[in-house]
Amino acid sequence: MSASKVQLDRQGRLRHFLTVEGLSRRHLIEILDTAESLRGVAERRVKKLPTLHGKTVVNLFFEASTRTRTTFELAAKRLSADVITLNIAHSSTVKGETLLDTLQNIEAMQCDMFVVRHQQSGAAEFIARHVKPHIAVLNAGDGRHAHPTQGMLDAFTIRRHKPDFANLQVAIVGDILHSRVARSLIHALNILGVAEIRVVAPRTLLPAAVEGLGVRVFLDPREGLKDVDVVVMLRLQKERMEGALLPTEQEFFQRYGLTEERLALAKPDAIVMHPGPINRGVEIDSRVADGPRSVILEQVTNGIAVRMAIMSITLGNHARPDGEDA
Amino acid sequence: MRTAIRGGRLIDPAHQIDTVTDVFIAEGRIAGIGRAPDGFTMERIIDARERIVCPGLIDLCARLREPGHEHKATIASEARAAATAGITTLVCPPDTDPVIDEPAVVEWIRRRAEAAGQARVLTLGALTHRLRGERLAEMAALKDAGCVGVSDGGRPIANTLVLRRALEYAATFDLTVFLTPLDPWLDHGLAHEGHVATRMGLPGIPTAAETGPLARDLELIRDLGVRVHFCRLSSARSVELVARARSEGLAVTADVAVHHLHLSETDLSGFDSRCHVRPPLRGERDRDALRAGLASGVLGALCSDHQPHEPDAKQAPFGDTEPGISGLDTLLGLSLHLARTDALALPAALERLTWGPARILGLDRGHLGAGAPADICIFDPAEEWRVTADRLRSRGQNSPFLGWELPGQVTHTLLEGRVIYENDSARPPGDRP
Amino acid sequence: MRDAEFLIEAMAVQLRELLARRGIGEPTLVGIHTGGVWVADRLRRRLDLATPLGKLDISFYRDDFSRIGVNPQVRPSELPFDVDDRHLVLVDDVLYTGRTIRAALNELFDYGRPASVLLAVLVDRGGRELPIEAHVAGSRLELPAGDHIRLTGPEPLQLLMQSAP
Repeated sequence: MSASKVQLDRQGRLRHFLTVEGLSRRHLIEILDTAESLRGVAERRVKKLPTLHGKTVVNLFFEASTRTRTTFELAAKRLSADVITLNIAHSSTVKGETLLDTLQNIEAMQCDMFVVRHQQSGAAEFIARHVKPHIAVLNAGDGRHAHPTQGMLDAFTIRRHKPDFANLQVAIVGDILHSRVARSLIHALNILGVAEIRVVAPRTLLPAAVEGLGVRVFLDPREGLKDVDVVVMLRLQKERMEGALLPTEQEFFQRYGLTEERLALAKPDAIVMHPGPINRGVEIDSRVADGPRSVILEQVTNGIAVRMAIMSITLGNHARPDGEDA
Repeated sequence: MRTAIRGGRLIDPAHQIDTVTDVFIAEGRIAGIGRAPDGFTMERIIDARERIVCPGLIDLCARLREPGHEHKATIASEARAAATAGITTLVCPPDTDPVIDEPAVVEWIRRRAEAAGQARVLTLGALTHRLRGERLAEMAALKDAGCVGVSDGGRPIANTLVLRRALEYAATFDLTVFLTPLDPWLDHGLAHEGHVATRMGLPGIPTAAETGPLARDLELIRDLGVRVHFCRLSSARSVELVARARSEGLAVTADVAVHHLHLSETDLSGFDSRCHVRPPLRGERDRDALRAGLASGVLGALCSDHQPHEPDAKQAPFGDTEPGISGLDTLLGLSLHLARTDALALPAALERLTWGPARILGLDRGHLGAGAPADICIFDPAEEWRVTADRLRSRGQNSPFLGWELPGQVTHTLLEGRVIYENDSARPPGDRP
Repeated sequence: MRDAEFLIEAMAVQLRELLARRGIGEPTLVGIHTGGVWVADRLRRRLDLATPLGKLDISFYRDDFSRIGVNPQVRPSELPFDVDDRHLVLVDDVLYTGRTIRAALNELFDYGRPASVLLAVLVDRGGRELPIEAHVAGSRLELPAGDHIRLTGPEPLQLLMQSAP
């Protein structure tokens, strides 16, 4: 379906990382285990590994994002790569220079990896299909389609707290319709064998036929949050309010916002996650966001290790010529 | 020029003819079938043995990109491509730039087409000034200038009052109205709303974006006595709505684009921008219902919905690409491909490409009765050809069917008795009778 | 080939003597994944050391990343002590080109500044490509370049030899 054929080489190894959909359990476990090895780097005196020394990583951001861009930059720098970030306004690629022109220009600067964020679904796949073969492409978010590194860091964070996936119930709450984070996390958790994934939202924020992704739908958070082990709150974009998807932020918070009372429906040791940046008082109450069960900041820390893992795995796979086994 | 087409399998759906016979042409018209008229002296003989001879194809919707978008294609380039594909009549919708909302544009297109000397180009006039859906266009003048109908040009009229008046005004001048049933607010998407769009994160276009306005339009025209043709239906439910209206006696017809009979939403996989079309490719159930609707005649015409693009228009992330398929070159092949399945018999498939659209347009074409204009397509049904960029004669190479093997190699196209395309390389000259 | 446990005993004897000579009372052993950790663990017990065992996975420090990529079985490095001013003994199974030891030293120094580092290996098979030598070796031999020697374990530890075909 939207599983990418270009992200794997002929041996089935990751050469790009565009979407979680269609990957095997083995791919995901390799990423999670590698990230586990990298997690300690941040606690050492020298927070740097020589792995990507001499490599050049280009962050191509067609859509503004401070947070994601920063963690990718840090991940690349901790692997000793040279990093440049290009914020490309969408308008500059509309008239005159095409996206392919932009790509070829940057390719001419001899780089090894593109980290791409774009407002159009499928943009990372498009770029991966058109770059020179030695370049690895990481999807840092394309439209509503996928944000696979975020999905993997969420799965990583869950595994550190709740390693027994076969008995796990995870609720994802909020704007599923527009969320690439939700799509990537749902794919990751299904591949890793999580017992039940729930989506909890009003109908206006649920995409058509969402059950087809392998989730149970709950319109009422009182049922959706009951006895879950993990609650993932999604960010609600303010501009959605103007699209008449919701009447007001207040009503959304009252019905779906994660408060201490609502969290009490989940298992006593349930953890609370959020991809950030959080809207306090819109999707999550400050007492929950800052409370003992929140692992929101840990997600940020883990995000660097997971991105380091994905960068070293994909660039490492480019090292071996296609058709040659390790 | 007097021409005899000898030994071909003549399929003339309008007259329920399907037999091996000879066709005689004189002064651009059919002079006789089977037997030459008295005193007929042949100036040219076309050997059509083991080939099918049928009326030239009539394509109800082909965007030729001229005037306004000559970087994509021109009237000359596309009329030439049509001739190569056995198409003798092209209908050009009014969304050119400038819009076909005044006689001068109609006249200009006619002259350009005549200069090209290939397939005939007919025009649909705009229903409203500049297609803005606000003021009525000068439909009477457009009709006098040669427009064969009036249309919203794919930009539906949102204001129901304006639409109703436009329909009434068109009926006054006995013009057929070509409508695109599309809700402008529900149309903000890139793919059929369903599990594929959800997975791919593409904003969805619900079926109701089409069926809602279609149901409304059917009610609007109920008492107006206007002939309405619905363009490019895409869903099973739309076929049901039109079937019911027809059974109730409404003067409505509809067509379908040939790609909607071969592709479905799953073909978007890999974000293939060549499958970015409007209306969107829907589910397999919709595709099957469209095939059935074509077979039953509820959908009376099969068109290419030809939209040639320059390569850059499709070389971008899916949502940044322009919708549309370059379809002239594959119209006949895809239709014959369909006729090989249980979906449709060969004479019925050819009917939807010839007599069906001719009736919708009210033209005395698309059939080979005595005295009819000799617009003829001759093709070898057994010869398969592979769709490659090299083989596409259209300026636009944006086809999702590249790589497909299609049946039906056109060998001759005749426009009013004149051979405008000939590719008889398969048969050595010495073999001619 | 002598059995691995015998060679480890030989290492223990040499190491004890060397440490005594250098006046190092509390050495800390650091094994290199995977074989080096097995050897270091046994050595630590024979020497009856109280200091915790360190484990290094040098996958991210290898100099051949651009040829072979990342080892999919990479494990976290664990140095459960402060490296600064500590006397370390780096332990590996087979010393060959010296590249692994270079990578391990680089990684160690990213954790801190040790007082000293000694190198103890089970087998020194010759063939060095870098100026690195073992202080302690259970066995020293010169193997042809095509030959392979490999330690399997952890129970029992066995040295496998494979000659060039």
